[in-house]
Amino acid sequence: MTSASPPPSSPAANPPSTFLFEGTPVPGRPGQSVAAALTEAGIRSWRTTRFNSEPRGVFCGIGVCFDCLVQINGRENQRACLAPATPNARVTCQVFSSRIRDTSSRIPGPVHPDASARAAYADRVRVPMLSRRVKVAVVGAGPAGIAAAVTVAELGLTVALIDNGARLGGQYWRHAPTEPGSHHAEISDDKPFNRWQQRLSAQVRAGTLTHLSSTDVWSSSGGDEPASRFTLRLQPTTSPGASTEPDAAPPLPAVVADSLILCPGGYDRQLPVPGWHRPGVIAAGGAQALLKEHQTVAGQRMIVAGTGPFLLPVATALAAAGADVVEVCEASSPRSWGRYFPAALMTPGKLAEGLGYATALARRRIPYRVRTAVIEIRGNPDVTSVTVARLDRDGRPVAGSERDVDVDAVALGWGFVPSIDLGVTLGAATRLDDDQSLVISVDAHQRSSVPYLYVAGEATGVGGAVKALAEGELAGLSAIESLGRRISGSRRRQLQRTIRRHRRFATAISRSHRIPTEWPEWLTADTVICRCEEVPYSTIQQSQDTLGTTDAKSVKLMTRCGMGWCQGRICGFAYSNLAARSAGRDVSESDLLSIAKRFITVPVTLSLLAESGHHQH
Amino acid sequence: MTDNSSAAPPTRLPHAPLKGHTDQLPRTADVVVIGAGVIGAACAFFSARAGLKVGVVDLGEPASGTSSGGEGNLLVSDKEPGPELQLALYSMQTMHTELADQAALWEFEAKGGLMVASTPDGAEALTSLSHRQRANQVHAENLRPADLREVEPNLSTTVVAGVFYPQDAQVQPMLMTAQLLRLACDFGATVIPHTMVTGFLRSGDRVTGVLTNRGPISANACVNAAGTGAGRVAGLAGVRVPVEPRRGFILVTEPQPGLVRHKVYGSDYLANVASSVETVATSPVIEGTPSGPILIGSSRERVGFDRRMSVPVIARLAQAAIDLFPVLTGAKVWRSYLGFRPYCEDHLPVIGPDPRAPGLWHAAGHEGSGIGMAAGTGRLIAQSLIGLRTGIDVAAFSPDRFTKGVIR
Repeated sequence: MTSASPPPSSPAANPPSTFLFEGTPVPGRPGQSVAAALTEAGIRSWRTTRFNSEPRGVFCGIGVCFDCLVQINGRENQRACLAPATPNARVTCQVFSSRIRDTSSRIPGPVHPDASARAAYADRVRVPMLSRRVKVAVVGAGPAGIAAAVTVAELGLTVALIDNGARLGGQYWRHAPTEPGSHHAEISDDKPFNRWQQRLSAQVRAGTLTHLSSTDVWSSSGGDEPASRFTLRLQPTTSPGASTEPDAAPPLPAVVADSLILCPGGYDRQLPVPGWHRPGVIAAGGAQALLKEHQTVAGQRMIVAGTGPFLLPVATALAAAGADVVEVCEASSPRSWGRYFPAALMTPGKLAEGLGYATALARRRIPYRVRTAVIEIRGNPDVTSVTVARLDRDGRPVAGSERDVDVDAVALGWGFVPSIDLGVTLGAATRLDDDQSLVISVDAHQRSSVPYLYVAGEATGVGGAVKALAEGELAGLSAIESLGRRISGSRRRQLQRTIRRHRRFATAISRSHRIPTEWPEWLTADTVICRCEEVPYSTIQQSQDTLGTTDAKSVKLMTRCGMGWCQGRICGFAYSNLAARSAGRDVSESDLLSIAKRFITVPVTLSLLAESGHHQH
Repeated sequence: MTDNSSAAPPTRLPHAPLKGHTDQLPRTADVVVIGAGVIGAACAFFSARAGLKVGVVDLGEPASGTSSGGEGNLLVSDKEPGPELQLALYSMQTMHTELADQAALWEFEAKGGLMVASTPDGAEALTSLSHRQRANQVHAENLRPADLREVEPNLSTTVVAGVFYPQDAQVQPMLMTAQLLRLACDFGATVIPHTMVTGFLRSGDRVTGVLTNRGPISANACVNAAGTGAGRVAGLAGVRVPVEPRRGFILVTEPQPGLVRHKVYGSDYLANVASSVETVATSPVIEGTPSGPILIGSSRERVGFDRRMSVPVIARLAQAAIDLFPVLTGAKVWRSYLGFRPYCEDHLPVIGPDPRAPGLWHAAGHEGSGIGMAAGTGRLIAQSLIGLRTGIDVAAFSPDRFTKGVIR
């Protein structure tokens, strides 16, 4: 929910990592992402969409939305926000429109240049591969995952910690590399992180803990045998190789574990607004990720909008890094905040943190406007200005309150979406949380409904880093206990108290920062709802008016919402909300479950998929 | 192949906004259609257009079962001459005549199918099949290897023979279902989602309506179009209709426009479709779509309604796709989904009145061809309901065959 401040930058110390973008040199720093380097060079878009040929650039900033796809060394569909800038890499725009919709033609087209190379590769890869067997696998290396993995490893059980980030820390402890190629850097001003990181490094050296960084889990499956209870299939997060080299097989294709602890975190929740597809619009967490990891400021003159306390650290960090933050638009009303003061007093740390941000905003004279939202974003095509309006009690823009504000970037965030797909695929029971997120149900020991499957952090309910740390440690203890070890009862009770306190606080926060009920009032017929498949609002309305779609699944089936690259991660909440509204009800568990069911959680190459049939345990 | 189902079918159907979806249970109807999948939707449309008052009930939302678990194929190519091919051709003819004006509503695309063989034996079997099909109104062009490359430039060089079937087509099956229901509603039909049939109203042997969890609807006729649930529904009327689920997975790749232009499948597909083995059978079925992604099937497994993904099975699909199109080796799979084909042991659908329970009709068991046979099935059911001679001979589909012991 909140955030550590970005570490001090030391770009000058690093040698340049210049790459070519469309033939022009773009300076990058070692470890910097292609998206960050392009953004710093003032380049806002590097892809056009398949249907409307709209330019797109970085949006989520953390590998979730796939809007920032770019071609690197001839290899298409690389996420620029994850791909590191490498010296002399050839980065080119990805253009789809000219090649679309000719599938019915019988006139021969160009043969794909790589056909023969790929065929040769296909012959090479049919070799059974070995997977790694561990006692406990942990997915996600944010606070929850680090705590879980360290807890388990320190009690002597083998652990694999798998994460798609290049470095430890997840979103909360996201940080810059201090040396080229370093995976274990210190955040100089973050003592808790440094302590955990040291404990983790000790376990890595002892050989009990394996940290698999820059690694995606593309599927999770459960076996019936204790020795192969969970199989996680892996692939490298980025593949910077040349196009003639199909994605290299990962060093490790799969991890097999007796127990699994899921700590996958979450990402920004979004509500569509006219023009939010424009280059220069970025998720609040994406703007923060660019800052924390790459010291890259998403824009020069920015507005931060949405709801929730997370907007505060984003705005203050942007301002501290040199952006002119013109205002923060908070959709909720302070009238509802009073309710969470009792919970805030129980968690004094949170209260102090909030006051700190408020002071920072005041010091920098950044207006913090409540009951206010950005209701339109204009540009040509990059963002040039927004319309800001006051909201009435139900979240409807108040007529006559609209003002135009000139900005070159917009950061949007409406709370968070917990990542739950790995748990859902394994059959874990879910519940609808107070903030209308679908989360994995866990008991007081972090146990899910699936035996030996534990969940910690945002996936059990958005609640911030302190809760995540406690849940991660508790999940680790529970996993150890279930594998026959004794654990400290007093430590467990202490953790449970911390968790309960922070869950109460999170509930208070979410109740006081509701999604404005009437948000669809600011949509226009051509507002893009699904960014990947470019489905406009009118198509959803039409499916409701003429085809009677009344739930999220049927909206998806009839309109293609959520069928694209991100698999509904970005638009899922919004179109579920629209479906529920049209049926006169609130978003339901089954709406959100229909989106969270993903057999394949990240795109995987056919070659790797084919090989996965040959794994030996 | 003539048909008299409706006295005066309008040449252009109205496009008024939908009114029929309702929470209100109608008390009576001429026909209650059980199941709002593509088969039920087609039955509802043709029955409503013929003037019958139709109510459609479904457990969930339209097209939420098998209709949204497949690829949306309308194929004549994968069928041996026989009653099933006759029904597929009749459906195709219906799509091109009765439903021609609506084609765009469900993205009808006559993309053509290409069946290929990679071995001399396979090539011979393919030639012989196409020969038999041509004698039965199927357009089939035998292609020389050079022509093959022209039709599908990225096809593997291991392919030695191919037959092109220009009649094969594709639709967006969920839209076809929902739009047929909408059109049925324009003719006065009512769609009642989220409603479970729990039994039948009876008058002696006769079925006189349905019981639902929300109350009864009396009707002159009930049509069991419940797909993989057809066996359960038939059981509620005390009759056995042995429809079982046969699971299939589909992989969807990132957009790869132009790499695969038609529906391309291996000739072993036929043998797999016709088989009844319980273990998994896979054969490559690969096709490009108008929006760019490539769909990759097909697998067949009898595992009940197990909804868990099987990595070994989708790994086989991936390998088969690479074998046929090496160019796809580095293509990424976006997602995978599954469906359950409503499957009868003799691989024939069950269409027509059930003599064991007068008043009950069946329209189910179309296995993997439901989208392609829906239009014909709906039209045949409507003809049968209003007592007209059916457009094609339906004896082979009769539920009678379960009485006569043809099927255990």
